[in-house]
Amino acid sequence: MASINYSAREITCKLVYYGPGLCGKTTNLKYIYEKTAENAKGKMISLATETERTLFFDFVPLALGEIRGFKTRFHLYTVPGQVFYDASRKLILKGVDGVVFVADSQEERFEANLESLDNLKENLREQGYDLDKIPWVLQYNKRDLPNAVALDELQQELNPDGKVQEFEASAATGKGVFETLKSLAKLVLADLKKGAK
Amino acid sequence: MSLMPQLVLLEDDHRLIVEVAKKLVNDANAKAVFLVDKNGQLVGEAGELEGIDTTSLASLVAGNIAASGGLAKLIGEDEFPVHFHQGERDNVHITLVAQRIILVVIFDDRSSLGLVRLRVKKAGQSLSEIFDRVFKRAEAELAGEGESSPFAEISDEDIDNLFAD
Repeated sequence: MASINYSAREITCKLVYYGPGLCGKTTNLKYIYEKTAENAKGKMISLATETERTLFFDFVPLALGEIRGFKTRFHLYTVPGQVFYDASRKLILKGVDGVVFVADSQEERFEANLESLDNLKENLREQGYDLDKIPWVLQYNKRDLPNAVALDELQQELNPDGKVQEFEASAATGKGVFETLKSLAKLVLADLKKGAK
Repeated sequence: MSLMPQLVLLEDDHRLIVEVAKKLVNDANAKAVFLVDKNGQLVGEAGELEGIDTTSLASLVAGNIAASGGLAKLIGEDEFPVHFHQGERDNVHITLVAQRIILVVIFDDRSSLGLVRLRVKKAGQSLSEIFDRVFKRAEAELAGEGESSPFAEISDEDIDNLFAD
């Protein structure tokens, strides 16, 4: 849950990028980090293996500006995508305010997407969350690759009733990256407002 | 596992927390003291903070606690409430307060592990009292008994403005 500090007049929200291994979660964060002005970001932390696979998490702190006199900060985290890092994924979901599910559009990763989305639901449930009740958005990444599956096939499986906001992206070039982040951030703030009534 | 209530710190809470942290810096001869929510958000700090990236520190400390908490459960422990990292110059002492807040003390050879342990115990009690009150209030607010939050008044326009390039 977001934390609010009245003394520092700050509100901090935790956003988590989830998805199967090599789907582009870290690439999303790297692009955001590179394109954000110096004064609006802290240091990026990557806890990765020697082959640059995420071992525990990547972290980017952002300061977006003020709402009603409160500095609005977003802490972005990725989880390690590989199946056997499930214990670590659970830990990073602690206190999450919103999730970006990054799906890999490549045909051979179709099943991995479904498995990862199920895993997200299950891990949230263990922490007392319900994916249907927390803010989340879908990103179809790697749309530029020749082996990308047709969009409607992905939608049918991952967002069958079209209720979740979705974005086509190519994180390596930055396409769709900020659109995804902004809409999740908006949903999270709107959710805070709802919860505050 | 149940949902953690939102951490809302009023000015008075924050002042009390920082007072305890400052006292701990003095009493333990420490370099710096940090309080971090298990989510990875910094709650309070005191001491020599120059050159320390406090946001990164908070996120890594929380990751560390989360990982060792997972490890504890694997071997049948509930949690490891005390951690100590020894460095060449600086050392880090980490304890859990009120089940949810991580108390971090950074110290060098001007102090000792024994002294830090002793002082942390006392400070931990004072902090527990403060945070217990904060969390009780948060729960009461969740149940709709408390004052309304300023975020009830956020408009869609406010949110849009945040993203205006």
